[in-house]
Amino acid sequence: MFSLLRSMWLVFLHMFHKRETYQYPEEKAPLPARWRGRIALTRDPDGGERCVGCYLCAAACPVDCISLQAAEAPDGRRYPGFFRINFSRCIFCGFCEEACPTYAIQLLPDFEMAEYDRQNLVYEKEDLLINSQGKYPGYNYYRVAGMAIAGKDKGEARHEEPPVNVRSLLP
Amino acid sequence: MTIYIDNKPYEAKPGKNLLEACLELGLNLPYFCWHPALGSVGACRQCAVKVFKDEDDKTGRLVMGCMEPVRDNLRLSLEDPGAKAFREQVIGWLMTNHPHDCAVCDEGGSCHLQDMTVMTGHTYRNYRFSKRTYENQDLGPFLNHEMNRCIQCYRCVRFYKDYAGGKDLNVFAAHNHVYFGRCESGRLESEFSGNLAEVCPTGVFTDKTLKSHYTRKWDMTWAPSVCQGCSLGCNTSAGERYGSLRQIANRYNGEVNGYFLCDRGRYGYEFVNSDQRILQPAFRPHSNGTVNKEHVLDQVAARLKNGRTIGIGSPRASLESNFALKMLVGEDNFYLGMSDSDHDLTSLALKILRDGPVRTPSLQEAGEADAVFILGEDLTNTAPMLALAVRQAVRRKPEADAMGQIHLAEWQDAAVREAVQEDRGPLFIFNTLPTKLDELAEAVQRGAPEQLARLGFAVAQQLGADIAPITGLTPEETALAGKIAAALLAAERPLIIGGYGSGCDHMMKAAANVAWALRQKGRNPLLSLTLPEVNSLGLEMLGGHRLDTAIDVLRQGEADTVIVLENDLYRRADEHLIDEFFLHAQEVILIDHLYNRTAEKATVLLPAGTFAEADGTVVNNEGRAQRYYQVYVPKGDVQESWRWCLQIAEGAQVQSLHGLHNLDDIDWALTTGMPSLASLQHLAPHADFRINGQRIPREPHRYSGRTAMQANVNVSEPKPAEDDDTPLSFTMEGYRGEPPAPLIPFFWSPGWNSVQSVNKYQQEIGGHLHGGDPGVRLLEPHVNGGAPFFHEAPDTFVPIPGHVHIMPVYHIFGSEELSMYTPGIAKHAADFCCLYLNPDDLAQWNITPGNWVTVETDHHTCRLVATANHWMPRGLAGVNAGLPQSPVVDLPVLAKMQA
Amino acid sequence: MEAQYWWIIGGVLFVLLNTAAGLIWLERRMLALWQDRYGPNRAGPFGILIVLADTLKLFFKEDWIPPFADKVVFVFAPAVVVASVLMAFAVVPFGPGIVVADMNIGVLFFLAMSSLGVYSIVLGGWASNNKYALLGAMRGASQMISYEVFMGLALMGPVILSGTFNLSGIVEAQRGMWYIFPQLLGFVIFFIAGIAETHRLPFDIPEAESELVAGFHSEYSGMKFGMFFIGEYLGITLISSMIVTLYFGGWLGPAFLPGVIWFVLKTFVFIMVFILLRASMPRPRYDQLMEYGWKVLFPLSLLNLLGTAAVKLFIDK
Repeated sequence: MFSLLRSMWLVFLHMFHKRETYQYPEEKAPLPARWRGRIALTRDPDGGERCVGCYLCAAACPVDCISLQAAEAPDGRRYPGFFRINFSRCIFCGFCEEACPTYAIQLLPDFEMAEYDRQNLVYEKEDLLINSQGKYPGYNYYRVAGMAIAGKDKGEARHEEPPVNVRSLLP
Repeated sequence: MTIYIDNKPYEAKPGKNLLEACLELGLNLPYFCWHPALGSVGACRQCAVKVFKDEDDKTGRLVMGCMEPVRDNLRLSLEDPGAKAFREQVIGWLMTNHPHDCAVCDEGGSCHLQDMTVMTGHTYRNYRFSKRTYENQDLGPFLNHEMNRCIQCYRCVRFYKDYAGGKDLNVFAAHNHVYFGRCESGRLESEFSGNLAEVCPTGVFTDKTLKSHYTRKWDMTWAPSVCQGCSLGCNTSAGERYGSLRQIANRYNGEVNGYFLCDRGRYGYEFVNSDQRILQPAFRPHSNGTVNKEHVLDQVAARLKNGRTIGIGSPRASLESNFALKMLVGEDNFYLGMSDSDHDLTSLALKILRDGPVRTPSLQEAGEADAVFILGEDLTNTAPMLALAVRQAVRRKPEADAMGQIHLAEWQDAAVREAVQEDRGPLFIFNTLPTKLDELAEAVQRGAPEQLARLGFAVAQQLGADIAPITGLTPEETALAGKIAAALLAAERPLIIGGYGSGCDHMMKAAANVAWALRQKGRNPLLSLTLPEVNSLGLEMLGGHRLDTAIDVLRQGEADTVIVLENDLYRRADEHLIDEFFLHAQEVILIDHLYNRTAEKATVLLPAGTFAEADGTVVNNEGRAQRYYQVYVPKGDVQESWRWCLQIAEGAQVQSLHGLHNLDDIDWALTTGMPSLASLQHLAPHADFRINGQRIPREPHRYSGRTAMQANVNVSEPKPAEDDDTPLSFTMEGYRGEPPAPLIPFFWSPGWNSVQSVNKYQQEIGGHLHGGDPGVRLLEPHVNGGAPFFHEAPDTFVPIPGHVHIMPVYHIFGSEELSMYTPGIAKHAADFCCLYLNPDDLAQWNITPGNWVTVETDHHTCRLVATANHWMPRGLAGVNAGLPQSPVVDLPVLAKMQA
Repeated sequence: MEAQYWWIIGGVLFVLLNTAAGLIWLERRMLALWQDRYGPNRAGPFGILIVLADTLKLFFKEDWIPPFADKVVFVFAPAVVVASVLMAFAVVPFGPGIVVADMNIGVLFFLAMSSLGVYSIVLGGWASNNKYALLGAMRGASQMISYEVFMGLALMGPVILSGTFNLSGIVEAQRGMWYIFPQLLGFVIFFIAGIAETHRLPFDIPEAESELVAGFHSEYSGMKFGMFFIGEYLGITLISSMIVTLYFGGWLGPAFLPGVIWFVLKTFVFIMVFILLRASMPRPRYDQLMEYGWKVLFPLSLLNLLGTAAVKLFIDK
């Protein structure tokens, strides 16, 4: 009984504490760097699209709000033919970012994406693709992958030996 | 036989190896080089288990599971820390050079290497040095090559060379540089090359047509399907995404195709996505735009009520569609939409199989035959998977001999092949032109089909068949006939193969005579007859009039309206006949899926669903009825042909189809109306079938993008489509366990994402699926009475002066109508239609090879490019059958020829 | 007389309904204050127009009746709660002579009316045809029936002391001394029972949003939900004013302010206590609530009644 009264008293004393609220539209809240907000598709250091259309983000998405179609450019690079996120379904859980093997999809510290029309919350690739490397500067998936693309032939990636000469029997 | 795995007793079948035993018991043991169809070589060291001497032995020894036979009271451990560590290390080594490619690899998500890596617990790469790399090759339009990913399991060459008899894929270089590929870039020549995508445990060989619209396995909507490429009816799984068909994968059926498909079956699906598809009903030629579906149905029904209507069925449409049309127009007005020669051959085949005393084998049984006699068939081109089965059959006898000597099990692949060397069982081939199987044959005979058929009759006579004596054979021919007869008599399971390939009915009769004579001798022969199309036999069972009588009926004004079902009539008879046919028909209602030459002549177009958009049943050459299921809800007003017929019947108040709406209804009408098809009722579960109150989901549980894929159209997701016809659902919701065998949309098991998960669905490795393989056999040998031998052998082939006898030449790529919409297949097919002639004939008629010749069949002339082919007997010519531009359709035919 | 009578009814209704509405704003602001937040501060000065905005919103919401609900009862239930509480206010003396019906059984009328309130909960929960709603309704019924017993028993204290059921009479009887002093125990019991009667936190077990979605009004929305909402705040006001009337001398107070003002001020203090309770108390388990009622409060209230009666007898003799 006493503890109840005590907690009532302590709560009552909060009347004289400072308020924690940010008065949002006038006063912006400082967002941490790893805030899970707006989803963007980033580019690698060469300016190429990082997304290779592997579908892992779509598979990881618990609300199934990502859909895309993988395609291959003539230069060997894979890219998403279309990439759509339905933000009216997105719960900003960040699983897509965790699943992404190329650091392409990233959640950025920005949440101001409200719309009056739900249809406007459907983002296509041109809405998602940004001209930045986002949180992981310097990473270039094709430099560590074994696929050959224009400008990076077989054996030119990191930790790769030059291609085997199949016709040689030398050890 | 009892074995102890981790101290628990299990029942195991004798004659298996430990890996098979463990997989059969549902235990997870990783493997790479072993394949259920290819056997064991013990190369990858991945399936290591500990085997203990007895109960007290705590140390044990590491053995390779795939190389150790099951023994009674054997004690082994999968969970032993030593064995686990060994397996993890092995995969660690296999992975040292594996690239960081999964994101851009088409195998990802259905990759055996991924599954096995996870299974062994090798989660982090320990290797910190440089990776070996390779240059890739361009392997043609079907397969993508990415050698960096190779783990050197040798499965590809073992399948391609040892199993499928391919010549142009091999292993090159030495030590850790071994390279699997061709000696130079180029199209893979084998007709079974597509299987490499499934045989390869990782992404070295991947499906190139899938890559052009790439979708992961988990993202596709799958349904059990049946290949429409030829009469064998191989089981497939068809996968769809975003409204287009993406991939055909093998669907294991222990009785039919087993683990493999041919390239026509695997890649011939692209017509479904063709821009030639008919998507909306239309009146032609007045309107090409969209017309209200109800309006069209009303018009058609009114026409049906007032006019005199005939219906043309189709061997590429399902039993249900053909039956619905037959009921719609009335039994007397139903015509089988086959060319007259196909009609003759198919009805002969049905007669032989129904009235004869010999069983027709499944593909699986065909592969187990120990002597094979092929009459007038180039199997690789007319029934490719049967050719693959024959390749296995010729190994049976030497294998049995070798195993008797070396006392090893059949699955000891390397050892058995070493013992067998180049030995082959008896295989005899009679064919006019060389075939790919000739290399395996003990004896090959060339000549005109009639000549070969006569020799076939002679073989039957040697076996004691009661037929008119064959005269005028050379001594060599008589000797050959005797040799064949002796070999077939000596075999335990001789297989006789005939069919439509030569276009000669005597060849089929000869095959039947040989088989029946063997049966009369108390043997157990098998008789397999190839047929032209996927549902040829089913259509013949339904019964109907010949196509040429339909033309007469129209000409005489006894009918004025035609309903054509899924048929391009220009592929069924020569152009002038069909032109005349359309001239006399006032109204042509076409129910089909592709805009072809027949569609141009039609006055009403009704869009039909392809095999991927419709449910139906087809009957293969074995008489096995098999059901294929709708994969996805099609665009526009596309629906099953039988549904169009039912809806027209509703408007026209056709009593025999009254009150039928869905698949079960039409199947009920079919089975009650046709007692010979009554066993179709047990073909597959009905639409109200549920497991735990749930449907079978068509989509894997990881299916993604449901709330985004249509969001660009409308952010509110539409209600998922419902399926009234089958127990499958169009969503990912439903029963997650193992469905009944006829309803397996795709193979998946926890931890087994690749097609290798099929092990979990089988009663025993390489055996039947749980609950029996899908499909119902409608034909069994006639048990009473003797053999109804064909008494009269054909006359000797004599060239007719000024004429040439044209026979069809079939090719796996090109002879089939629908697969030609796949660009890769069209590219393979000959780009012009050739007339193959003996060089002496060319010389006699003063024809320069490569020049045009004019060929005149009755009242009809056409021009073809003449090509020399010294295998063609004089007076005989061959022409590529079934090519889209082929001017002569109804083959064989006698024609006048001019240079 | 006639005109004055209507003025009082009108005035009481006007003030009460506005108070209840204002309380919504007040509670949100006070809760925010005690939780170091601002609460509604956008609509109008200090966000006071939030109530207007909320009401407008409620009016514009779809008048939704679930297809599986018992429609007549579903609509009827929320009206009962507001009506019964407003009826109870008829006997509350806001000031000298400012009372709608100065009944000589005022206390019993109050008890009768607040008992009727339970019907709205039971009917609402039943008509919703939803398991959570029904569970909430059953909890509400048993909780209110139980706590009504002690409330009635505790009320008997002031009645014994003043010798009348007439609430104005009870107020007048406190001119010498507020009954809080002789009836401290009775006050505590009445207060706790009052919280339970209004099913406010910590005794909001019929709603218990963490277990029962929203309890008996899970299926309600729009203005029908608004009625339950208003009923709750009217209930707070009613219990607070009854506490003031019975234990804190009603309108009595130093003469520099009129009696009505004193009444209002005292009532507001208790409303604040209600809000503070909500800000600070966790919700007990349902069985704890019932156990506390029957095993602790029930004996205590009997004891209080006995003691009061004994003392009263002793003094009178």
